[in-house]
Amino acid sequence: MTFMKTAIASLAALAAVAGIAMAQEARKEIGPGEGQVDIVAWPGYIERGETDKNYDWVTAFEKETGCKVNVKTAATSDEMVTLMNQGGFDLVTASGDASLRLVAGKKVQPINISLIKDWGTLDDRLKEAPWHTVDGVHYGVPYQWGPNVLAYNTKVFKDAPKSWSVVFEEQTLPDGKSNKGRVQAFDGPIYVADGALYLMKTKPELGIKNPYELNQAQFDAVIALLKNQRQLVGRYWHDAMVQIDDFKNEGVVASGSWPFQVNLLEADKQPISSTIPAEGATGWADTTMMHAEAPHPNCAYLWLNHSLNPKLQGDLAAWFGSVPSVPAACKGNELLTDAGCATNGFENFDKIWFWRTPTAKCGVEGGCVPYSQWDKAYREVMSQ
Amino acid sequence: MSAATTDPRGGLSDFFYRHSGLLTLALLLPPLLWIGIVYLGSLFALLLQSFYSLDEFSGLVVHEFTLTTYGHLFTASNLTIILRTAVMAAVVTMASAILAFPIAYYAARYAKGGWKALFYLAVMMPLWSSYLVKVYAWKLILAKEGIITWMAEKLHIGWLLDALLAVPVIGGSSLSFSYIGTFIVFVYIWLPYMILPTQAALERVPKNFIEASADLGASPRQTFRTVILPLALPGVIAGSIFTFSLTLGDYIIPQIVGNSRPFIGTAVYALQGTAGDIPLAAAFTVVPVVIMGFYLTIARRMGAFDAL
Repeated sequence: MTFMKTAIASLAALAAVAGIAMAQEARKEIGPGEGQVDIVAWPGYIERGETDKNYDWVTAFEKETGCKVNVKTAATSDEMVTLMNQGGFDLVTASGDASLRLVAGKKVQPINISLIKDWGTLDDRLKEAPWHTVDGVHYGVPYQWGPNVLAYNTKVFKDAPKSWSVVFEEQTLPDGKSNKGRVQAFDGPIYVADGALYLMKTKPELGIKNPYELNQAQFDAVIALLKNQRQLVGRYWHDAMVQIDDFKNEGVVASGSWPFQVNLLEADKQPISSTIPAEGATGWADTTMMHAEAPHPNCAYLWLNHSLNPKLQGDLAAWFGSVPSVPAACKGNELLTDAGCATNGFENFDKIWFWRTPTAKCGVEGGCVPYSQWDKAYREVMSQ
Repeated sequence: MSAATTDPRGGLSDFFYRHSGLLTLALLLPPLLWIGIVYLGSLFALLLQSFYSLDEFSGLVVHEFTLTTYGHLFTASNLTIILRTAVMAAVVTMASAILAFPIAYYAARYAKGGWKALFYLAVMMPLWSSYLVKVYAWKLILAKEGIITWMAEKLHIGWLLDALLAVPVIGGSSLSFSYIGTFIVFVYIWLPYMILPTQAALERVPKNFIEASADLGASPRQTFRTVILPLALPGVIAGSIFTFSLTLGDYIIPQIVGNSRPFIGTAVYALQGTAGDIPLAAAFTVVPVVIMGFYLTIARRMGAFDAL
């Protein structure tokens, strides 16, 4: 026991020393490629035409640069953080609820934006975004973003629901039946922010200014709302494909969802559509970040440059139902079509509260409730 | 020793002949290392982790010996999870035993030749296909717009299904969104593990005991109660060890079929993945170990291991 303890302690010490020794300086130039690059990515984010040969933005890159692309997919932000903590990867497509944790944990390195030749083509709204820029230092290159939409059944709702209340409060839906047992919610703690966003608009007296910065009183109010929602939710959704099945076979008529599921359901001729209600929506904005000890930094920089290619950005947006970080990608892409960006939410940027990691240190007086508490409280909600 | 080195052909066997203790050691060392390092080592690392704690502020594991993590197990919401899992495991085990006994009895005592082979095949066949495929198939069967609801409608007993789903706690908006659904799938998946040991135990009940019992004037019911059941009980208990422990640890079925209320398995999965709270996940894992410890002690007293 003591031996193991000592071993673990010394390992931890060793890791700490290595972390300090590593100077966090951005690279000055891109050297010749190392022959491969290892990327942690969301499923569907890096396609080489294996599912559908029209969607391939890897093969050409490999031919051109000689860098073989290896992808490890991760299903949650937390899984991404875990993989990056273990190391051995060059890049990660981190959402806002992972990116700042990675920066704080010193697992990612600053990016020299003068080495990213297409940086200027990026959407201005993303260039200095707080989920990858800390104290003026850039820790990544924006990849894609999108909203968490309200998916609804068009047979039940003739007009799109105007408020998220259809999933939060018990009520009679336009078809005359209660929403009890017919709505779903996401099963990750980050969903607390969706509840907070709803209360921000419907209960202004709580004084919520930012759904990711909640003091104890505001947090308790949100948890009370979610406990109430538990009575309406038959099952929480976790897996995108299971949710698609629930819309088809379980009589689910409204739920927070991703454009990905909605696109697949629409393609399958199901009576499902999506909207962003008056309260706005939460969303994700993903950034390609580089590991602090990336084994293949040159290939990684080559990929970062490639990731802003308008063709790649447009194809990916069509595939995933997301919005490109390069506005030029919205025009003239066959797969996305000229209407694609608007469909996926290009104009809704200001309505979206992007995923961020809630931390105890924040702008609210008395400090905020940190993510570990969100996690614990949300588990209690689901267990009820 | 010198003889062993001068004659290379018989050297090794001579050496081991003279030092028989070393031979035993050489034969046992590989499996001992396997059990010691791979098997017990991982359990030990797990146990060690459960005595650490998570720093709530930074979200990092503090490598200092503490019992606070075990303290967290006794909060109301975590106790509910443990209780929910234990009750589900107990109910699944009882239902499996009741379902398995007649099947095993028929297979052991009446089925002959080809029928017997067919029985074995029917019991084993579900074990050959992927666990995930079976669970997803059940999700479709139990769905609100699935075959069970459809048949109930056609048979005009939809009201019965609705009444069942209206039962508080175990009901829900559809079979696949309720504890009933989780229970059905658990029983389906683990049933073979109950049938096989029960059948093995029943086959070992000597036929002449039953004849003797009848000769002495016992009614069939008495024979069953005083001869067959006690002799077959160790097999049932051996089977219940499988069904009980497998249900305690499973984390996939409750994720796909059920109402999202966490079981020990899903809680551990969420804690180590989503929350990064390895210490509490480890402490949670110790719970089934302790429950099974008690269970096995009782089972051993009842002679369950004689039938294995």
